[in-house]
Amino acid sequence: MDVLLLSRLQFAFTTFVHFIFVPLTLGLSILVAYMETKYLRTGNEVYKQMAKFWGKLFLINFALGVVTGLALEFQFGTNWAKYSEYVGDIFGSLLAIEATLAFFLESTFIAVWFFGWRLLPPKLHNLSIWIVAVATNISAFWILMANGWMQNPVGYVLNNGRAELDNFFALVSNPFGWQQFLHTLFAAYTISGFFVLGISAWHLFRGSNVDFFKRSFRIAAPFTVAFTLLLLVQGHYHGSNVAKYQPVKLAAMEAHWETMSKAPQYLIAIPDPANERNHLQLFPIPGGMSLLAYHSFDAEVMGLRDVPEGDRPPISLTFFSFRGMVGLGLLLLTFSAWAWCRRKEPELSPALMRLLPWIIPLPYIASQLGWIVSEVGRQPWVVYGVLRTQAGVSTGINMPQVAFSFGMFILLYSLLVAVGIYLLMHHGRKGPQ
Amino acid sequence: MMLETTWFILWGVLWAVYFALDGYDLGLGTMLPFLARKGMQGERDRRLIYNAAGPFWDGNQVWLVTAGGVTFAAFPGAYAALFSGMYTALFLLLFSLILRGVSFEFRRKVNSVAWRQTWDACHVLGSFLPALLLGVAFANIFQGIPLNAHGINEGGLLDLLNPYGLAGGVLFVLMFSLHGLLWLAVRTQGDLAESSVAMAKKLWVALLAMLALFLLMSAVYTKLFANYWENPILFAILLLPVVGLIQVRFALNRRASVLAWAGSAVAIIGVTLFGVLGIFPALLPSSIDPAYSMTISNAASSPKTLKIMLVVALLLVPLVIAYQAWVHVFFGKKITEEDLEHEEAY
Repeated sequence: MDVLLLSRLQFAFTTFVHFIFVPLTLGLSILVAYMETKYLRTGNEVYKQMAKFWGKLFLINFALGVVTGLALEFQFGTNWAKYSEYVGDIFGSLLAIEATLAFFLESTFIAVWFFGWRLLPPKLHNLSIWIVAVATNISAFWILMANGWMQNPVGYVLNNGRAELDNFFALVSNPFGWQQFLHTLFAAYTISGFFVLGISAWHLFRGSNVDFFKRSFRIAAPFTVAFTLLLLVQGHYHGSNVAKYQPVKLAAMEAHWETMSKAPQYLIAIPDPANERNHLQLFPIPGGMSLLAYHSFDAEVMGLRDVPEGDRPPISLTFFSFRGMVGLGLLLLTFSAWAWCRRKEPELSPALMRLLPWIIPLPYIASQLGWIVSEVGRQPWVVYGVLRTQAGVSTGINMPQVAFSFGMFILLYSLLVAVGIYLLMHHGRKGPQ
Repeated sequence: MMLETTWFILWGVLWAVYFALDGYDLGLGTMLPFLARKGMQGERDRRLIYNAAGPFWDGNQVWLVTAGGVTFAAFPGAYAALFSGMYTALFLLLFSLILRGVSFEFRRKVNSVAWRQTWDACHVLGSFLPALLLGVAFANIFQGIPLNAHGINEGGLLDLLNPYGLAGGVLFVLMFSLHGLLWLAVRTQGDLAESSVAMAKKLWVALLAMLALFLLMSAVYTKLFANYWENPILFAILLLPVVGLIQVRFALNRRASVLAWAGSAVAIIGVTLFGVLGIFPALLPSSIDPAYSMTISNAASSPKTLKIMLVVALLLVPLVIAYQAWVHVFFGKKITEEDLEHEEAY
């Protein structure tokens, strides 16, 4: 254990916990805003109740997202001082824009929404939650452009011993960043959709508030199937983008050792990084990997053996996380399609109603696995091809300091996650008042 | 250097606005145990105190995120040196703010006295510690920390607790507490408003004494006044805390609580800017050698980034101030019984 490893673990841990709460904020805000709009259009009180009930769950989740996010921005300075000096000119700006443009809006207007039920004219009240929904999504854009820059640095020059901004437009039109942004959004909407489906199914199975949860189910079902489908289709293009900009990451995702054209896609493989091969690989689809990565059977796919060992990411973790993510994605598509088919009378499908609450954690797990692919697969670079992770760590901090902060994070965040899940389950089960 | 200087001023102003806004929430949380009565009335008092900050604290806290983000974007060298240099203090601040944040959201979500008491304790701790830590941290920034040639702080956590640092901590706790009491007077009526005004009057005397001591100690322990003697016109900035505090006292007598609160906001901004102007052109002075300080010339971003960010800031910050001001006016009225019965209320 050293400061570098501990700082990496701390960053990974805090980011993962933060990202438990982010997706629901992105997607549920839209659903709640839509429910309230529907209330304004139809005048049906049940939609108001829906906005309030799902809004309450949204708020619990939102508060946890806000507080866990607070620690992230400052960690670049505390544990990654060298990184911060090196990239502040670019990366810092994107974070600062996110705060000024989006985070202020969401944090201010979320309070306007939930304190404003009686005080604001209905349309203005509905507008406030739409502002929150749009602002959280704008927020995601800037954060993912910042991360996209770490994945595929563009629009910079190396000057004065650091990366300096050269072309701001290149930063915000970074193709890699855009794919990541879309992938994250669709994943967040998928998570939110399954969240609403799962809780609705729990009540429908028990026959409580049937009208209320049937309507919730009907709003969530098309939303979920549409975005799960989009997530998978767009995920494919995101993958080709990885092949184009980060061939080493792609090779690790596929545990692909030998550079070759007409590279096959093995349905089952178990990597053996120590011997630079796979323990086993079964069911090849000829040319499958070439086709998936480059849209051509003949395309050459670089193998890991052509990458110096010091430049490879951890293979097994990247590989299994990727497989897990894709596998879960396909499973989720099946469930979302099933739910969509039964959206008219969901309560008449008890098996589905019984299963859906248990599905809620799966898209969460898939999204965390996706982040492992993205971040572990980027190693050993913190800024791909430009700055190594080990060169970014703070030099002025010591083990006891990092052990203290990491220990406190584990303690505090475990508590928060436990309380958060408890409150979400408690209020989710209680149903609307 | 124009661009860097502009950013330096903006940097100081962002921190000052953060203190003036989140200061009253943190102060309210700090004063919670002294304000809430015992027994049956207690829970109602506490709810009034939580709801007084209710619609605002989250938006106010974003000024911290923005101040941090702007430090990162405009002065990455200072950002790196400051936050890695004050590592443990910063994390204590963040852990406290995390507890403070969730206590708002959690305390009424389960109907149990023990549950509420737990989150009340977190709320008080999560409000008091940030006030103290921010004061200690900024006093140390004003005084300078032992930064070496590599931008690394050679001191530890305990070195921050020097006499001047501690004085800064006490000053901030008093400033924020008064600020919070005055906000409570804006938003409540009856017994709670009466007791907050009475407490504010006492605290005002303590704050005035502490401010005088802090300025005196600034002359003894820091080089802050050097800039002032060079440009005596700068002494005008000290009018802000002085006039602000006088306004607080007069407004309290006339029971004009909004004016009193505004006076205290001006005082907080004045105290912050007093220190910020004193350390110019450094953002983080080194107490070992001024050559090691993080300044607007060796810690700033490229002119291109500073220009783009200046456009962003000049467009957006006034907009943020406008809608947050609207929220404060719209939701800043006296809390009514109906407000408390409302199911979304804290």
